[in-house]
Amino acid sequence: MAKANEIKYLTAIKTEKPKKKFCRFKKYGIKYIDYKDVEFLKKFLNEQGKMLPRRLSGNSLKYQRKVSAAIKKARQMALLPYVTDLLK
Amino acid sequence: MHPIFLKPKFRVMNNYELMVIFTPVLSEEEYKAAQKKYTDLVTEAGGQIVHSNPWGLKSLAYPIQKKTTGIYWVLEYTAPSSFNEPFKVQLLRDEQVLRHMVTKLDKYAVVYNDRKKNGINYKNEKAEVE
Repeated sequence: MAKANEIKYLTAIKTEKPKKKFCRFKKYGIKYIDYKDVEFLKKFLNEQGKMLPRRLSGNSLKYQRKVSAAIKKARQMALLPYVTDLLK
Repeated sequence: MHPIFLKPKFRVMNNYELMVIFTPVLSEEEYKAAQKKYTDLVTEAGGQIVHSNPWGLKSLAYPIQKKTTGIYWVLEYTAPSSFNEPFKVQLLRDEQVLRHMVTKLDKYAVVYNDRKKNGINYKNEKAEVE
């Protein structure tokens, strides 16, 4: 019979801490987000061309606002689609 | 005093960037002529052309006026702030223009554009930091 203080787990316990997200603009000192640089902006979009939330991209609020403005400008000028499938 | 009443050299000049999508049916000469028309408008108003970048024919991400391609043109210029409103009217009246956008450039944008023109790539710099 098992001892009372012996706890058994079905799956291994996570010992590693999840990697902390960071704001790439703060870390690398990027001050201006260019709406013409489509390949860079695509990092902040999902497959349907929707913007990723801050909780996934790790951007600080200040730069998330700038990213969103740049993406919206690129969409207006038909550099990025508003809606699509299989963007990447 | 209102800026309009100041002498031209005291007038505040701002940095702007214009992006235009022309119809894909333009010939090379018409494309050049259209560019010249708008650069002349800037210089006549006392502005300066910083950089002109004709991207050429590019496919659009979605159709505009039932066209799937467009001829892009990017112009960086400095001009007094009163210049842009009549300038936009000219662009809207032009049937060769599918779409246009004027962006005001802040100080970081000016630095970024300068470095881009001189071929300094941000991505290389990032690699050094990493």
